[in-house]
Amino acid sequence: MEATTAMALNIEEIREDFPILHQEVYNKPLVYFDNAASTQKPLQVVEALTNYYLNDHANVHRGVHYLSQKATDKFEAARETTKRFFNAESSDEVIFTKGTTDGINLVAYSFGEAFIKEGDEIIISTMEHHSNIVPWQMLCDRKKAILRVIPISDKGELDMEAYQNLLSSKTKLVSVVHTSNALGTINPVKEITQSAKSVNAYVLIDGAQAAPHQKIDVQEIGCDFYVFSGHKIFGPTGIGALYGKREILEAMPPYQGGGEMIKTVTFEKTTYNELPFKFEAGTPNIADVMGFAVAMDYMNSVGYENIQAHENALLKYATDQLKQNFENVRIIGEADNKASVISFLLGNAHPYDVGALLDKMGIAVRTGHHCTEPLMNRLNIPGTVRASFAFYNTFEEIDLMINALKRAEKMLM
Amino acid sequence: MSIEEKQNEIIEEFAMFDDWMDKYEYIISLGKELEPIEEAQKNEENLVKGCQSQVWLVTKVIEGKLVFLADSDALITKGLIGLLVRVLTNHSPKEIMDAELFFIDEIGLKEHLSPNRANGLASMVKKMKTYSIAYSALNN
Repeated sequence: MEATTAMALNIEEIREDFPILHQEVYNKPLVYFDNAASTQKPLQVVEALTNYYLNDHANVHRGVHYLSQKATDKFEAARETTKRFFNAESSDEVIFTKGTTDGINLVAYSFGEAFIKEGDEIIISTMEHHSNIVPWQMLCDRKKAILRVIPISDKGELDMEAYQNLLSSKTKLVSVVHTSNALGTINPVKEITQSAKSVNAYVLIDGAQAAPHQKIDVQEIGCDFYVFSGHKIFGPTGIGALYGKREILEAMPPYQGGGEMIKTVTFEKTTYNELPFKFEAGTPNIADVMGFAVAMDYMNSVGYENIQAHENALLKYATDQLKQNFENVRIIGEADNKASVISFLLGNAHPYDVGALLDKMGIAVRTGHHCTEPLMNRLNIPGTVRASFAFYNTFEEIDLMINALKRAEKMLM
Repeated sequence: MSIEEKQNEIIEEFAMFDDWMDKYEYIISLGKELEPIEEAQKNEENLVKGCQSQVWLVTKVIEGKLVFLADSDALITKGLIGLLVRVLTNHSPKEIMDAELFFIDEIGLKEHLSPNRANGLASMVKKMKTYSIAYSALNN
């Protein structure tokens, strides 16, 4: 049940669902602030995996026996859950993938085969993760297409005017990140999509970092593709989903060949299965799909308004505390519209040093270029220290990080 | 002092720390004391690129022995390479080639040498060993 009005979350109660958070590392209480890399799993998700393997496992779709039918029903029910998560029109538009990277590669290959030709242009942005850069570079190499890049401001926001100027009749696809993993910037994806549509370009939104924080609505955005990962929304690793508009998916050739994706096979000619199975060759990752659906249910039960209210409060508190306690802190990414990701630099201290010291004080953060090397080059920094919060994080944990940073600062300056 | 003796000496030094932060404090101080290399030598040729921190390694041959100088943009990495330089510098290529580096493990810093740590340290050790092999090959 999704809560309709925001109410204060009982964080202590929520944390009971995440046993991994209640541990000590190096004799210090663990503070897990690496949620943008991967989130922890609630008991409910782990139990779904265990329950599936202990009670429900059989191969899906082709079996005539009881267990196969049971597994198939649950598997397709999970697709319905994912459809609702996307707010897609039909579950035929939901393809299970290995994750965000897999989804982008599927589109880059299959959509690219059918829709991209020499001289066409693909637009991405400066703040893309490598997984939303490299597949398009590979496609451009294959098809002699051209990659264009939307610049950003120093605050870490897309230059929308420059974007408008990049759009032309040559633009075939715009692929941008919904929420930046390195900066936290939430991009105006609806506006981006509308502009792309004015030149009849297709749109893919990389939602890896948006799905853990906000309600996704592909019909509201109007995009043609949307991708995200299970492990970043408190679900299992190795599972994710791709939304694609039916008519486009139907016009795309299959990505991989094998079982499940075929209708009939002869040595002369093979016909392909219908959506969504056309894009799901081989036995799917059934167990993780079960856990994935439970993770989406879990997010719904916490409620997006509650999640956002709590995470925004954490972000504001952490930002204020950093600025108050460290004269020489530099927040990297100060967009007006920002998710609970805070990237920063402490004076001249190398992010690696800060991260290594925080680790020994029990604080898990990410350091480095966050798989966004072109973005780091644009900002002229080697990397950042990144703390990223989930709804199970607390203000006390931020205090622990601030204290640990004070100690690190003393040692490194 | 042999490579083994130097390693034992370092293990003894680190034995007095029972707290991780004290250990790191010491490593950082070692980094700060490290003999600097000239800015001009921090070039592409001497760069051992890590994913996060970078290391520069300069190798000289003096009277048949390899002498290493190294630097890093991160202080902890710099302290660790200081230890590696201290252990391996001023030894014959054969001694370096045969050296088994057990001290990193013993002082509890093995994680820094693992390839996923991305600090260029593992590549630096590899490069030091490669120099020794190359130098031996040239002189045999």
